[in-house]
Amino acid sequence: MDIQLTINDIPLSVPEGMSILDAARTVNIDIPTLCYLNLHEMNMNNHIASCRVCVVEVEGRRNLAPACSTPVFSGMIVKTDTPRAIQGRRTMVELLLSDHPKSCLTCSKNLDCDLQALAADLGVRNISYEGEESEYEIDKSSLAIIRDPNKCIRCRRCETMCNEVQTVGVFSAVGRGFETVVKTAFDLPQHDTSCTFCGQCVAVCPTGALMELDQVDKVWKALSDPTRFVVVQTAPAVRVALGEGFGLEPGTIVTGKMVAALRRLGFDRVFDTDFAADVTIMEEASELVHRLKHGGRLPILTSCCPAWVKFFEHQFPDLLDIPSTCKSPHQMLGVLTKSYYAKTYGIDPQKITVVSIMPCIAKKYEAARPELGQDSVTPDVDIVITTRELARMIREAGIHFTNLKDEEFDHPLGESTGAAVIFGTTGGVLEAALRTAYEVLTGETLEKVEFEALRGMDGIKEAVIPIAGRDFRVAVTHGLGHARYILEKIQTGEAHYDAIEIMACPGGCIGGGGQPYHHGNVEILKARANAIYQEDRSKPLRKSHENPAVLALYKDFIGEPYGEKAHELLHTSYTQRKKI
Amino acid sequence: MKLTSINELNALKTQNRVLLENRRLTHPVTTKDALGMPRNVLVCGGPGCHSSGSPKIAELLEEELNRRGLSEQVKVFQPGCFGFCEKGPMIEIHPDNTTYCEVSAPDVAVIVEEHLIQGNQVERLLFMEPSTKKRFAADLPFYQGQLRIALRNVGYIAPENILEYIAADGYQALASVLLNKNSLEVIDTIKKSGLRGRGGGGFPTGLKWELTRKSEAKQRYIICNADEGDPGAFMDRSILEGDPHSVLEGMLIAGSAIGASHGFIYVRAEYPAAIRRLQIAIGQARDYGLLGKGILGSDFCFDIELKYGAGAFVCGEETSLMHSIEGARGEPSVKPPFPAEKGLWGKPTCVNNVETLANVPPIILKGADWFASIGTEKSKGTKVFALAGKVQNVGLVEVPMGTTLRQIIFNMGGGIKRHKTFKAAQTGGPSGGCIPSKYLDTPIDYESLAAIGSMMGSGGLIVMDESDCMVNIAKFFLEFSVDESCGRCTACRVGTKRLHEILTKITEGKGTLDDLDKLEKLGKIIKDTSLCGLGQTAPNPILSTIKYFRDEYLAHILDKTCPAGVCKSLLKYHITENCIGCTLCAKKCPANCITGTAKERHVIDEERCLNCGACMEQCRVTGAIIHH
Amino acid sequence: MCDNASIKDPYRQLDEYIDTLPYKKENLIGILHQAQELFGYLPDKLQWHIAQKLDIPSAKVYGVVSFYSFFTMKPRGKHVINVCMGTACFVRGAEKLQAELEKQLGIKTGQTTEDNLFSLDSLRCIGACGLAPVMMIDGKVYGRLHEPEEIRQILEKYRLEAMPEA
Ligand SMILES: Cc1cc2nc3c(=O)[nH]c(=O)nc-3n(C[C@H](O)[C@H](O)[C@H](O)COP(=O)(O)O)c2cc1C
Ligand code: SF4
Ligand code: SF4
Ligand code: SF4
Ligand code: SF4
Ligand code: SF4
Ligand code: SF4
Ligand code: SF4
Ligand code: SF4
Ligand code: FES
Ligand code: FES
Ligand code: FES
Repeated sequence: MDIQLTINDIPLSVPEGMSILDAARTVNIDIPTLCYLNLHEMNMNNHIASCRVCVVEVEGRRNLAPACSTPVFSGMIVKTDTPRAIQGRRTMVELLLSDHPKSCLTCSKNLDCDLQALAADLGVRNISYEGEESEYEIDKSSLAIIRDPNKCIRCRRCETMCNEVQTVGVFSAVGRGFETVVKTAFDLPQHDTSCTFCGQCVAVCPTGALMELDQVDKVWKALSDPTRFVVVQTAPAVRVALGEGFGLEPGTIVTGKMVAALRRLGFDRVFDTDFAADVTIMEEASELVHRLKHGGRLPILTSCCPAWVKFFEHQFPDLLDIPSTCKSPHQMLGVLTKSYYAKTYGIDPQKITVVSIMPCIAKKYEAARPELGQDSVTPDVDIVITTRELARMIREAGIHFTNLKDEEFDHPLGESTGAAVIFGTTGGVLEAALRTAYEVLTGETLEKVEFEALRGMDGIKEAVIPIAGRDFRVAVTHGLGHARYILEKIQTGEAHYDAIEIMACPGGCIGGGGQPYHHGNVEILKARANAIYQEDRSKPLRKSHENPAVLALYKDFIGEPYGEKAHELLHTSYTQRKKI
Repeated sequence: MKLTSINELNALKTQNRVLLENRRLTHPVTTKDALGMPRNVLVCGGPGCHSSGSPKIAELLEEELNRRGLSEQVKVFQPGCFGFCEKGPMIEIHPDNTTYCEVSAPDVAVIVEEHLIQGNQVERLLFMEPSTKKRFAADLPFYQGQLRIALRNVGYIAPENILEYIAADGYQALASVLLNKNSLEVIDTIKKSGLRGRGGGGFPTGLKWELTRKSEAKQRYIICNADEGDPGAFMDRSILEGDPHSVLEGMLIAGSAIGASHGFIYVRAEYPAAIRRLQIAIGQARDYGLLGKGILGSDFCFDIELKYGAGAFVCGEETSLMHSIEGARGEPSVKPPFPAEKGLWGKPTCVNNVETLANVPPIILKGADWFASIGTEKSKGTKVFALAGKVQNVGLVEVPMGTTLRQIIFNMGGGIKRHKTFKAAQTGGPSGGCIPSKYLDTPIDYESLAAIGSMMGSGGLIVMDESDCMVNIAKFFLEFSVDESCGRCTACRVGTKRLHEILTKITEGKGTLDDLDKLEKLGKIIKDTSLCGLGQTAPNPILSTIKYFRDEYLAHILDKTCPAGVCKSLLKYHITENCIGCTLCAKKCPANCITGTAKERHVIDEERCLNCGACMEQCRVTGAIIHH
Repeated sequence: MCDNASIKDPYRQLDEYIDTLPYKKENLIGILHQAQELFGYLPDKLQWHIAQKLDIPSAKVYGVVSFYSFFTMKPRGKHVINVCMGTACFVRGAEKLQAELEKQLGIKTGQTTEDNLFSLDSLRCIGACGLAPVMMIDGKVYGRLHEPEEIRQILEKYRLEAMPEA
């Protein structure tokens, strides 16, 4: 039912129950927000109304109303731009800043910070109420996330994200009053918690309180070391988001420019993680076939998301035998670079540095997992930086990104199919696997390669796909909460599937914690997903097992998929971990 | 014994009338006449008297009576607070209606011998009105002008005996509701009575019930808010300890009216005695079939669960209270949605204060008109106040709405202690304001208190005299709010902290006029922008003291003095002629600014003095070092 | 004779208590009360144990424990002294009482003496405003405390009790 109201004397009619904030937006009035975040598609709604920067005047109400969480009612008269409302907002920002380091210039969130932007928009010119400032230790324990509670504005977005969407529950508000801050259990270093390092908290933190571990300097150092052979690889989701770092429309595909920029930065080889994605499909499909044949445990769960891997290690230690043992694609590419490529081109693997450009924060942690290397000193991947970090490197180097001419990845580890590209979005891995499994199992050509049922932002997507006389029950989930839901159903025997794709980040890697900030705009994620499917359509080859370079790899080096060599290089094992 | 019908309840009532027969007779007998009668000695078991040793006195009394072979004829009870806590431990003897004050252990034998055996009142233990020196055995001036509705049974019945409650018309209101009324009629009665929430907000209780009832849902809840967190208030505690069944009955009636089958009492963990009484009362009510399934043979089912607070004032706020029951941090959430629509576990919930609920049974029994005839135009009935601070008679008073502050403080309260002058009365606790003497004749009700910048609050009434510094008092309340802020919203989490810092600056003599402006400006913005009632009212103590006691602020800021002589950093230290020249102070002075030879009067160089107070702590001679 | 078996493991006692509850996660506050009763305080390990038992994140338990001032994560002294900081006591000199106790005990409010005999804390109004200023040692209330000497004597009583018998 629609109701009538006026906002700043503009009459409007909106559905009952809508917030003042949303109602105002329908008549092009923006009210600033800081704590509020409604990512409907991700099941996240942080409406704790704590920051109070969205306050507006409502006629007849004693005090100011938070626009983000006050529903409209019939006959409501709202004023968003009165001196009283503006003064209230500005004072809130001043109060926040009074307990905040004034170190924007050296803050990693500089120019991408919601608090900073708000202070600028509201014309905060001095901080009238100065006083004691909180002092917390910066948590540098983890290999992925830096947590600086001094910059926390207690918006609790991270808490909502981690608890309600990811159901990991690393954070809680702790303490009371002025001492309240968002922390881990018992103040443990984040590294010692059940954190999966999915980075979704980082993705929604409006300030610099949660940031990825910055490893750009390590990359510069490797690049400037003449003795190192520095190889870079880029994940599929990077190419549809990197452009945002240079003011391009979300969803712009910048694969060619990205490759060109990487060459200019000085990388010796520019490879594509997509190559390894195709390898992953070969391995996973074979593993599935193996389990089908030998009565292995089903469903098989994908394992290309390290955050998801860490999640099940902590939360479902009794299910460690059901995920695929495949390493994640970039680890595969790393190990192949240091073995296959090194051997083929006669390079000393010890001299190779593999840098992964990832949409992902968890991969920073993953790369350091001791089992993911050929021996204790040679990790598969040496350094992981995020899409955001890469954009910064490119700016640092003064490269005019948007003017670059497209270039191609290097051979052979830069060759890929459309199936690999779609790894970047939720549903992609399973779709890619089905394209291959279908042909392997039936021996027929799959004409329609798009599996629409597996696409889109629904949290859990299911389908039954008949292949070679057998109905394959498959499911796709993204967001760890959905993963938990489905795993619990498996534990209790309520659900039966043959294969499930699980990605920790809502939307899959396009929504990864290392991507340019979406600032709450889910349309950006959708544009990235569309771009991924567009890239898939533009590829001449769209099935992993058709990738000639991959076939050559097996023929010349690995032998059988899921064979002995494959096990040694491309598969891994899991560890039971404590739930904190 | 399960009561399965109203007749059984009535039978039980008649049967137990005898329990209360000789208490508070309308025509009391003389002490001599009482000699042959069965007698009741009520030893106040309220929190104040309990602390000053009343359990010991009760114990000694029983022993003594036993020894004298009187234990059959004289029964000793420990009911809840009599109200006149200042003079505790108090005892009352019936039927001869005699009240003794400040009874101590050695008095016990005297009372037994003189009063109970000889029939002579013990004159020296009777209350003496200080100005007239007149003694009172009954009808003490403290009680004059009071009207006990919520406290009707407190200090009158033995709280651990349900039969006494039943004998005192207990559960009759519930019976009449279950027998004669439908829920709409009950709600209508409460609405017509004009009962408003006694927890502070003053929201019309009947309306709240109606709204909760209206919400679409299968499950609804009623919660009794027994988290009394106002520092310096103990009304709810006294009711819970002194008459727990009246709260249960109020909840049962509320439950039947709003269609709830489950109730919670959220009680402060700091009130172990209240918790024990509630546990006992709930157990008894279950035994008698007054809680559970098919209550009194009707088809009404209702049970009550106790939930404990854990030391957070903000949990008195209804949404945080519900979060606390749900096992979470007690942080408030935005309203709407109101608890009546979406409360505990998302179900429609009605939260009522202890005193509010205790008012319900009498309203049902005596009718809406009776209740509405008491009080003022918009505030009906009575209000219980915990009168404390610098008054002669600290205690619990229940007065009709519209009684003036002057009546409470000077008539019942007996005026200011130690012949000092009244400066201000603080109502509403940390949410309220300080009321100066010019408003002493304001009739107290929700609206009039709000109009003078304070509020009714839950009933704390703290009296302050000339020796209280209003800036320091404001600082005290702000410190409370800073401590108790849940920390969720910016306005209150950071704002109250800043207010407190500015006040500290002023009390240390470092304040500027600009700071005074900031206090007012920021205070108003915090009220305007905070999420919950705590932040929305936290600046009140500052704003009201600036309004009425601006001079004191200016004295701190401009003259760097504290007129009340409280703020330490602003005091000047001075050595008087009492000094015996022991040199102790001079040795301790960190500024080395005390000079003098041994055995002669010392002198402080006030220019160099740091106001640290070390000298004063050292000095053993009374009045040798003073500050002014 | 020794009968160590009959000394119940408090963890087991706590688990048994939790098992009796009709609903568990929502009863967190009640469970923490019980745990503090059994253990005297709520160390990290115990909080973690409760989190596992209720299948909720430890951070949540920690967030709750740190919110409520009734819960303590540090072991308390044998006797807990609480000074009433309610308004009635405040205007009748609670600050001085607190300062005097801090002086005599040599600790600040919130701390525990080195011999673990006393912890000093504050709370708000215990309903004995008539006796203001008051303090409570364990459950016992002491009122009208204006004289340092009086306080000294009270503390001495507890100290003597704690002395090993000669
Ligand atoms: C910070 C804060 C503390 C409160 N504390 C109490 C309290 O201790 N007891 C109480 O009954 N109500 C308290 N209230 C009021 C309750 O939120 C609620 O309005 C009341 O319990 C409703 O009952 P009533 O309508 O019967 O008064 C408090 C409110 C706020 C904002
Ligand atoms: S978090 Fe934002 S406001 Fe704070 S220092 Fe960093 S950029 Fe500046
Ligand atoms: S914005 Fe201002 S403070 Fe920051 S660098 Fe520029 S001039 Fe300096
Ligand atoms: S990285 Fe993911 S799991 Fe870790 S705290 Fe952030 S949201 Fe939670
Ligand atoms: S860490 Fe970031 S997201 Fe979390 S509460 Fe603080 S500011 Fe908000
Ligand atoms: S979904 Fe992708 S970006 Fe997110 S954690 Fe997993 S691998 Fe990283
Ligand atoms: S006003 Fe204070 S107590 Fe209320 S929600 Fe805000 S911070 Fe919490
Ligand atoms: S107050 Fe301190 S500085 Fe001043 S005279 Fe006394 S001891 Fe010396
Ligand atoms: S300590 Fe007191 S008596 Fe001794 S010299 Fe100083 S003021 Fe005089
Ligand atoms: S955005 Fe509305 S209160 Fe924070
Ligand atoms: S406690 Fe005894 S009169 Fe109040
Ligand atoms: S204020 Fe101290 S007992 Fe009430």
